[in-house]
Amino acid sequence: MQWEVVIGLETHTQLKTNTKIFSGASTTYGAEPNTQACEVSIALPGVLPVLNKQAVECAIKFGLAIEAEIAPRSVFARKNYFYPDLPKGYQISQYELPVVGKGKLTIQVPASKNTEAYEKTINITRAHLEEDAGKSVHGAVEGMSGIDLNRAGTPLLEIVTEPDMRSAAEAVAYAKKLHELVQWIGICDGNMQEGSFRCDVNVSVRPKGSDKLGTRREIKNLNSFKFMQQAIEYETQWQIETLEDGGKIQQATVLFNPDTGETRAMRSKEEANDYRYFPDPDLLPLVIREEDKARVSALLPELPQALQTRFITDYQLSSYDASTLTSSKALADYFVATVNAGADAKQAANWVMGAFSAKLNAEDKLISESPLSAVQLAQLLKRIADNTISNNAAKQVFEALWAGEGEVDAIIEAKGLKQVSDTGAIEAIINEVLAQNQAMVEEFKAGKEKAFNALVGQCMKASKGKANPAQVNDLLKKKLLG
Amino acid sequence: MINHSLKQLGQMLASKQISSVELTQAFLKRITQHNPDINAYIALDETITMAQAQAADARIATGNIAPLTGIPFAQKDIFCAKGWKTTCGSKMLANFTAPYDAHVITQFDAVGAVNLGKTNMDEFAMGSSNETSYFGGVKNPWDFDRVPGGSSGGSAAAVAARLCAAATGTDTGGSIRQPASLCGFTGLKPTYGLVSRYGMIAFASSLDQAGPMAKSAEDCALMMNVMAGFDERDSTSLDRPKEDYARGLANMTGEQPLKGLRIGLPKEYFAEGLDAGVAKVVQDAIAEYKKLGATIVDISLPNTQLSIPVYYVLAPAEASSNLSRYDGVRYGYRTEEYDDLMDMYMKSRAEGFGAEVKRRILIGTYVLSAGYYDAYYLKAQQIRRLIAQDFTEAFKQCDVIMGPTAPSTAFKAGEKADDPVAMYLQDVYTIATNLAGLPGMSIPAGFSNGLPVGLQLMGNYFDEARMLDVAHAYQQVTDWHTRMPAGLE
Repeated sequence: MQWEVVIGLETHTQLKTNTKIFSGASTTYGAEPNTQACEVSIALPGVLPVLNKQAVECAIKFGLAIEAEIAPRSVFARKNYFYPDLPKGYQISQYELPVVGKGKLTIQVPASKNTEAYEKTINITRAHLEEDAGKSVHGAVEGMSGIDLNRAGTPLLEIVTEPDMRSAAEAVAYAKKLHELVQWIGICDGNMQEGSFRCDVNVSVRPKGSDKLGTRREIKNLNSFKFMQQAIEYETQWQIETLEDGGKIQQATVLFNPDTGETRAMRSKEEANDYRYFPDPDLLPLVIREEDKARVSALLPELPQALQTRFITDYQLSSYDASTLTSSKALADYFVATVNAGADAKQAANWVMGAFSAKLNAEDKLISESPLSAVQLAQLLKRIADNTISNNAAKQVFEALWAGEGEVDAIIEAKGLKQVSDTGAIEAIINEVLAQNQAMVEEFKAGKEKAFNALVGQCMKASKGKANPAQVNDLLKKKLLG
Repeated sequence: MINHSLKQLGQMLASKQISSVELTQAFLKRITQHNPDINAYIALDETITMAQAQAADARIATGNIAPLTGIPFAQKDIFCAKGWKTTCGSKMLANFTAPYDAHVITQFDAVGAVNLGKTNMDEFAMGSSNETSYFGGVKNPWDFDRVPGGSSGGSAAAVAARLCAAATGTDTGGSIRQPASLCGFTGLKPTYGLVSRYGMIAFASSLDQAGPMAKSAEDCALMMNVMAGFDERDSTSLDRPKEDYARGLANMTGEQPLKGLRIGLPKEYFAEGLDAGVAKVVQDAIAEYKKLGATIVDISLPNTQLSIPVYYVLAPAEASSNLSRYDGVRYGYRTEEYDDLMDMYMKSRAEGFGAEVKRRILIGTYVLSAGYYDAYYLKAQQIRRLIAQDFTEAFKQCDVIMGPTAPSTAFKAGEKADDPVAMYLQDVYTIATNLAGLPGMSIPAGFSNGLPVGLQLMGNYFDEARMLDVAHAYQQVTDWHTRMPAGLE
């Protein structure tokens, strides 16, 4: 039987706010345990939550970015359960009325062995605001468990998709796209190691062609795309084998073990808590008016999808180039800055995606850490365009710029990389080369095209690479044919 | 001195006829003398109290005096007060010292008032007799065999026995007004949202409201001036301009100061279940109001009988969640020995909470459970809106509604302790205003068999100033509010 995997994602994105969602405590990561736990964070008797407007702004930004319905009125609810890292004994979340309703996100699924690259639109069911829990720390004190409430109350936006994905590749492409988007619009720092972006993946399988959903298992807390890919692949295979062996899938929450590459059930949903959701009487319904949306909309940067389209129309870039350059806001900004500083768009695209990105990768640097500014890169590209230097020489200048050896023109001067474009000088070189390579000239005249290229090479060599190759070509052709 | 009004005390302090230290010591002396019998206070700290009195005198010496500067108040033990044991009447918090101040405490501190101590209360404000307190019952100063009402029983007894100049209370279903009725003084539950709940230990968040418990309407007005006001730390706090709740009191003079006032009498508040002696006192008070110029309108609040069942779904639902934080993990009571986390939770909560609190947690957990939520919680919310609509309709015909505060006078300790439903019926006339978020008041209107009877006033939203005027007018021509229990002079 042919099987089809059905995947939906729930992503917890930590929102980039200065303070917690319902209190003024700081959200900075990595502080000493419980130093960022105010009376609200530790749920002292009598404390009350006050909604952080910055968190609401983040939710609106996200809603606008995925073209979602933003609820004019949404409601905070209490999700009741006991756990030591949940100080109030309930989590404030949104249940029946989330702030962000149905939206969509278009993903690019890269080519694989069997498929071409393709685009697909994933439907987003909802996104809601809620607070994060604290952390249990085991083993810090012998025989005891500690509770760190620094994270308790950190704002989260939980983003839930429809079960629209049909492969691990699609799920990962979605997660990456979402990861890129939330950073693009500035609502999440995207740091997966620190838990700022955590995915729960619901996986089920069904006979291909069936329109009935199989029983799902939820893989919890995946914090790397690689693990996500591995976990989904393993889980899918496990479910298929279980069904083919005549078994049944039990709805369950599973954890992925990166060491073994396996998923294992944590607890079955049958024993799951009854969370006894009800509207939180301490908080008023969240009201978002049209003018709130308009205000936030004005703060929103141009979105990747729009920018991609603009790159294609304004700069005549290929859709591949446009997509690559909009894979992060920093990259797109750098490209635009290079073009705005006078570089040719196509050339800028090639350099930004090519040498520049390669160098960043090699040195594991962020764009913000690049020693080479967009203005410098543009200056370099202008010197190629105006024939001051050749492409080859440009690579040397690029390295020197990266090493901080000064400005473009000074480097060209210092390294003597200026291209020779003086016709007289080039003719002199050609004459010399022709005189010394009579054999090649004969071969060319006998019809061997290759010999021409070899002669060009000799001329370039004689000029120590400084001759303008196009001019060498033209003049040599004239000489030999003329 | 112990019978002086807040205004009189303020004048004496301002004119230096008396110092705050002297006044505070006088009350502390009475507390030392009578509290062992009455058990109104459960936390006293002479060091803090006297330091506040000295600070108040220093402030008065500079001339920077506010109306309540230097006056000693009792604070219900539901308000967190920095450095004070704050127990909410529970074993669960018997060892809890608050590290911060509730908004109400901050407001009293800001005007230089003195905190005499924390008053006894039903555990987590759940009760109508103060008998659910972990720290023991409170005696009704009018008859030590009887309860003072609840949940603000300690504050009530402290006011009635003149163990403070006045006190604070909180009212979720009648916890200021019913004890005011049973102990014979004036208590006001303001419009929901008028006094910040920040730092006030939550029972049922959508119903809880703090208010003054004092000898007279005038005292209540002066306290409201301090207690009410927007607080951004409470999302349900109402952002309205400050008002002077005493502004109309001086106009309540002459023959018919209430001419034109329409008083609504809901027929449901005078039906079966109301003690005849109480009914008589209330009718006499209404007659007095007619003399003051008011006209009487017969009205109906048709959903009155639903308010108790609705309340006993909603309040426990919210309470079951509000009380989840008492888990033995971070503060408060934790059991001595336990095997694992679940065992620790279960034992700590089983040992830390009393029977009434557990009963309400069970009810609340049940009504919120999957499969029951719609039938109980949602239904109750719908009826709650109908109850509020009853009042909206009623206030089209009248300006203030009057009736009994409680169905009977103070009952004997132990009399209803084993019959929760009989106990719940104590709040039959007060709960509806909490459900609707409306202000309610109880003022002393006379006695039945030697025990005080309260008249309840219910007003429209934010109509506290008018209610205080109406109460004050009555207190200008009657002296019930000045009566004091025998043996405590």
